[in-house]
Amino acid sequence: MLEAKQSESKKTIGWMGIHRGHKARPLEWIAEKFIYLVSLSAIVMVFLIFLFVAREAFPIFLGRMDSALVQKVIPSSELNKLPREQLREYLGLTETQMAEMDQETLKSLMEIKEEAAKEIPDQFRNDKDASINTTKWKYLLLPYQWTGYSKPEFIWQPVGQIHKYNIIPLFVGSLKTTLIGLLFAVPLAVGAAIYVSQLARPTVREIVKPGIELLSGIPSVVVGFFALLIMATFLQTIFGYETRLNAFVAGIALGFAVVPIVFSISEDALTSVPRTYTHAALALGSSKWQAAWQIVLPAALPGVFAAVVLGFGRAIGETMIVLMVCSASVMSWSIFDSARSITTTIAAEMAEAVSGGHHYRTLFMLGSLLFAVTFLSNMAGEVIVQRFKRRLEGKRQ
Amino acid sequence: MNAPSSLARTPGRHFRSERFDFGSFFFSGLTGLATVLILAILAVILGNILINGWSGLSWRFVSTIPKKDFFDPETTGVLPMIIGTAFRVFVMTIFVIPIGVITAIYLTEYAHTAALSTRIIRGAVNNLAGVPSIVFGLFGLGFFINFIGKNMDAILKSAGPTWSQPAVIWASLTLAVMTLPVVIVATEESLKAIPPGLREASLALGATKLETIIRIVLPQALPGIMTGGILAVSRAAGEVAPILFTGVAYYMASLPKSLTDQFMDLGYHVYVLSTQSPNIEQTRPILYATVLVLLLLTFALNFVAILIRAHVRKKLRALN
Repeated sequence: MLEAKQSESKKTIGWMGIHRGHKARPLEWIAEKFIYLVSLSAIVMVFLIFLFVAREAFPIFLGRMDSALVQKVIPSSELNKLPREQLREYLGLTETQMAEMDQETLKSLMEIKEEAAKEIPDQFRNDKDASINTTKWKYLLLPYQWTGYSKPEFIWQPVGQIHKYNIIPLFVGSLKTTLIGLLFAVPLAVGAAIYVSQLARPTVREIVKPGIELLSGIPSVVVGFFALLIMATFLQTIFGYETRLNAFVAGIALGFAVVPIVFSISEDALTSVPRTYTHAALALGSSKWQAAWQIVLPAALPGVFAAVVLGFGRAIGETMIVLMVCSASVMSWSIFDSARSITTTIAAEMAEAVSGGHHYRTLFMLGSLLFAVTFLSNMAGEVIVQRFKRRLEGKRQ
Repeated sequence: MNAPSSLARTPGRHFRSERFDFGSFFFSGLTGLATVLILAILAVILGNILINGWSGLSWRFVSTIPKKDFFDPETTGVLPMIIGTAFRVFVMTIFVIPIGVITAIYLTEYAHTAALSTRIIRGAVNNLAGVPSIVFGLFGLGFFINFIGKNMDAILKSAGPTWSQPAVIWASLTLAVMTLPVVIVATEESLKAIPPGLREASLALGATKLETIIRIVLPQALPGIMTGGILAVSRAAGEVAPILFTGVAYYMASLPKSLTDQFMDLGYHVYVLSTQSPNIEQTRPILYATVLVLLLLTFALNFVAILIRAHVRKKLRALN
């Protein structure tokens, strides 16, 4: 019965709901189509972000980039003997670029390569690391014993002659700061959400909500500045650790940025639990706190969980705070060591990376991984919230 | 005869909530403490900046274009940064407000809530809101500068890279993509707050749907649209990560004059002053003053937006 009604209403309203009278009023019809097309821009943008961030990283994903310092050199005298395709690959040209060039230019390009090979310092010529393509997945993910190191290690060091691109320290750095931030922010924000939505008088809410909005309005560069100048020294005097700027300070500062999002989503979830739940619990003799903790919170748990997931997405994507507070790339799980997150690395190193080079492409690769992580966590959070709302609405009926 | 009074005196007969429950008291207090702590953090950050920044703030500071060495407290100023930030944010609103408002109109006035396309649009909007700001920066570099800009240079046959380099226009467009969800959500909220009776009355009088939207719905939704715009502006004004690769300059001797110029920026200047200063003790006063200018700018905007939104929400609550 209900289904039949729904399909009927669909028929009358038509495609996109803007079917009516398109013959009678062509202008209106065009305007409505235009509105529909513009509304698709959000989808287009998400798609374009994915496409164009990944596009710059494609050579890395496909293993087409070669960052080896010492590469095979073909003497320029052999220009005419080489097959065209092999020559194109050797010079790293595209098909159209290749077509535009005459023999002379090609020859000079080959000579440039020869010259460049001659200029490599002698110490690297015999180094086994110099002929490694460091952008291969093996070197991106697994530890490797570089010359001069006593054991295999994870190293991100895109400077000097041999660029080392192991991304594991960056992931550890991101996770470290994010987890500290969440450990700090989640109890605080959820506690406040319980208080504001369940225990306090409504007037408290009128004060706290704008306050939280104000907190979320503080630009992250200002939070970073505050952490760098004030908080770092303050926390050091309390905890007495050695490095003044470390993952701990960055994590707490990240927490400031995460509190508003966790608070508002979990507060939303807690308020959307029907008041009848609380009233029933109170009527059965529970205290306000017992009703909040044992009845409302379990009912709102999916929403609170979603808040944490979305807070995670916010924290792992935060750039300026971590960039200002700590930036040394060290592989360590200790929270009192410095850490360099993925976002920080991109922000700090993009300026010095040559456009189109392997460093540049590796940074874009990091960006697309970060995008994938936040995309998934946002989707997960969104799905949980939707399900939670539907469940509550189902119970209400 | 005296049974009722003895009944009242027996402690066991009381409701539990009337007894002192230590656990409840303790944990309620804990959550209250969490609330107070959050507000205290806010107060400390704002108070610290206000107290330390106020003394450095002067008309000269706000209206001076600094010489090359902007770390010197005597001669420095933040005029180019204020103008740069205002410029990029203004250009952003030109793009983001029409697109955001039209999307919101589609979502509230035309779309089926259950339709697949609507759900995908909503999902995309929510996802866009969660994309890390640095990824927007990469997107601006990869799409606007390296793709659109390069092709524009090729098509317009410009001498040297004109469009395919960091510029105000690219930073603004990047920010417009970033703040699109802010405008959409705020506009939608205000559209929903308009009583359906108004639309029905207009339709009943023979207006078409589009006429109803333009003449009746949009004027009513104007405060909400303004809120969305203001929130987007205040969010964008403080963002640094998306403009790092798309337009901001460390130093410029002159103010930006065209859309293809680079610009100096308040937020980026805060970053530069706090991390690159040769003598942090000497730069501290101007750093605080710069932060205060940035905060005043974003908060003044935020405050107005909160006021308008509270008004809209009250209307919405009265409706339900």
